[in-house]
Amino acid sequence: MLDWNQARLHIVTGKGGTGKTTVAAALALGLAAEGRRVLLVEVEDRQGIAGLFDLPPLPYEERKVAVAAGGGDVYALAVDPQDAVLEYLQMYYRLGRAGRALDRMGALEFATTIAPGLRDVLMTGKTYEATRRRGSGGGFAYDAVVMDAPPTGRVTRFLNVNEEVTELTRVGPIHRQADSIMSLFRSPATAVHVVTVLEEMPVQETVDGVGELRAARLPVGAVIVNQVRQSPLAAATLADARAGSVDTAALRAGLVAGDLADLPHVTDATVHAWADGLAAEVVDHAERVSMEQEQYELLHALDADVLELPRLAEGIDLGSLYTLADRLRQQGVHGFDAAGTR
Amino acid sequence: MTDMPGARRGTRALDVDAVLDDPSARIIVCCGSGGVGKTTTAAALALRAAERGRRTVVLTIDPARRLAQSMGLRELDNSPREVTGVDTAKGGSLDAMMLDMKRTFDEVVLAHAAADKASTILDNPFYQALSTSFAGTQEYMAMEKLGQLRAQDSWDLIVVDTPPSRSALDFLDAPARLGSFLDGRLIRVLTAPARAGGRVGFRVVQAGFGVFTSALTKVLGGDLLRDVQTFVGALDSMFGGFRERAEQTYALLQDPETSFVVVAAPEPDALREASYFVERLAGDGMPLAGLVLNRVHTSEVPEISAEQSVAAADHLAESPEHAFASAALLLHAERMRVIERERRLAARFSTAHPSVATVRVPAFSTDVHDLDGLRQVGDALTDDV
Repeated sequence: MLDWNQARLHIVTGKGGTGKTTVAAALALGLAAEGRRVLLVEVEDRQGIAGLFDLPPLPYEERKVAVAAGGGDVYALAVDPQDAVLEYLQMYYRLGRAGRALDRMGALEFATTIAPGLRDVLMTGKTYEATRRRGSGGGFAYDAVVMDAPPTGRVTRFLNVNEEVTELTRVGPIHRQADSIMSLFRSPATAVHVVTVLEEMPVQETVDGVGELRAARLPVGAVIVNQVRQSPLAAATLADARAGSVDTAALRAGLVAGDLADLPHVTDATVHAWADGLAAEVVDHAERVSMEQEQYELLHALDADVLELPRLAEGIDLGSLYTLADRLRQQGVHGFDAAGTR
Repeated sequence: MTDMPGARRGTRALDVDAVLDDPSARIIVCCGSGGVGKTTTAAALALRAAERGRRTVVLTIDPARRLAQSMGLRELDNSPREVTGVDTAKGGSLDAMMLDMKRTFDEVVLAHAAADKASTILDNPFYQALSTSFAGTQEYMAMEKLGQLRAQDSWDLIVVDTPPSRSALDFLDAPARLGSFLDGRLIRVLTAPARAGGRVGFRVVQAGFGVFTSALTKVLGGDLLRDVQTFVGALDSMFGGFRERAEQTYALLQDPETSFVVVAAPEPDALREASYFVERLAGDGMPLAGLVLNRVHTSEVPEISAEQSVAAADHLAESPEHAFASAALLLHAERMRVIERERRLAARFSTAHPSVATVRVPAFSTDVHDLDGLRQVGDALTDDV
């Protein structure tokens, strides 16, 4: 199993709807705790990070979005593909006039919207650049970089796009750049984390995704199970409920002892109906717990660290990101100093 | 619960059976963000239409493995196959297929390129990259396949799932983008600098072009540029075709015979995407049937609120003999909190889009992976909770 806490580049993927962006933000907060400096990169053009941190849409620049527990800083960057291509051309080729010519010819549009493969090259390139960037003191500019990556179904192709570039270009500066990106992505400095919930399709996608990542020699970090519910019921009670046996007499007694039977217009018949209703909810819950347990076992068979984050019934707000960051730290997630004097 | 008119604040219920039974409805497009049950909804709609007597085909993009197996889709073969186990008593039938984007693209090339050029295109490395790894291609090919199925005219109804895109709008935009790229100015300039030379300002254009190609060569490497030029040269016989096809498909989507079903879950992101989509459809004159809100939580005891339930559970927590009732009430409280939150989110959507007919489908405690499961989803789609 990989010691992914040694990684500086954390790539967070997951099926749509599993809370990938939330987990990426919580991970950035967790890694930044105690005075570190972390960059959170968004590559999907959705402004999800701005929404999570209650901010207006982020411009294409690195901007401080939160202070972590113990005084670390989280910066965020929403990569804009067209700006990224211009910056890239300036940085590597100093194409002043030719850059404008490319723009006029529609080449930027070609590079960014029409051919999303090249768009992926730019997104990975920008992340690579931020990860490797040096501060004025000679250390890295960021202790860690967290990327809110495309969903599990597309992430391997996304991260591997530079492999295709090396095959397409064979020689030249783009070829060398693509080669360096692939080396970073395949090194222990990188960890790809897969976010899932305990449902069949997301778990199946996680199992498939981990297989694809490993086949592409991309280092799998942790499987992060989001929205985990703890059952307040004992295992035996759950098993009985699955078999259809629920103690409705106890529920009726509880409704009475809990003063709910004293509410206006509540009759004996109401209490019976409510107890039956609660029993049906218990059975539904027991079925779900059992299904979740099966999914959990599939994840544990993956030979990767499995971390858990709780379901927050009221949904996610800025405060709950800190709660989730804290839970990650309790499970051993920690940052380390890679940045030098700044 | 179903006949409480005031409780829904005027939201119209989506009558799914009316949409499926309407003989003039020929295409239903299921769209929405990823992870909201779009594929399952498409499959359930198609099965229901088939069992209600329509000859139906469902085009899925990326089904979960067990769902695919339940429909007999064991491999990508890019053409519709009959689904077995469907009740055909009313004269309907169900075919299903999974999109193979590379094969669809190959078919387009084979159908439209001059015979001697087709193999040049298919063997070209740039084409191979374009047809397999560029994300917009999937959207373009999904629409291309939809156009083909419609032109074949073998079915009463085509139900189409949309690709798991970055944004739900991608599948509307990507075909036009790819089409205009393949037919576009950049590609023409790449292949035929001489054409530009015929115009006034020859020298300026020529100079600009020189800078341009040398920049491209520098950036992309000479090999790639040559590949692109060869590809485009071979494509010359197809010029106009791509954009025209994309435009035709777009027109098909605007036809009254098409209905869009926007699928969402009661989550902020999914509903935001659904909002964008509803606005876009209205702006482009595309016919919207309504919103399917999947994974809605329900309660058997809606009369007991979360607060009442927690208060009672706390009260009982002190007595060991009520431990089970206390735990059951806590579960109920959590459920009611989720329901409250979902209701707020749904209300926000319907306030912004009051005319959008909506059906709420309950969260199932297990996943759907057989035809019976799809039938249950179909029943739920016609019985708002």
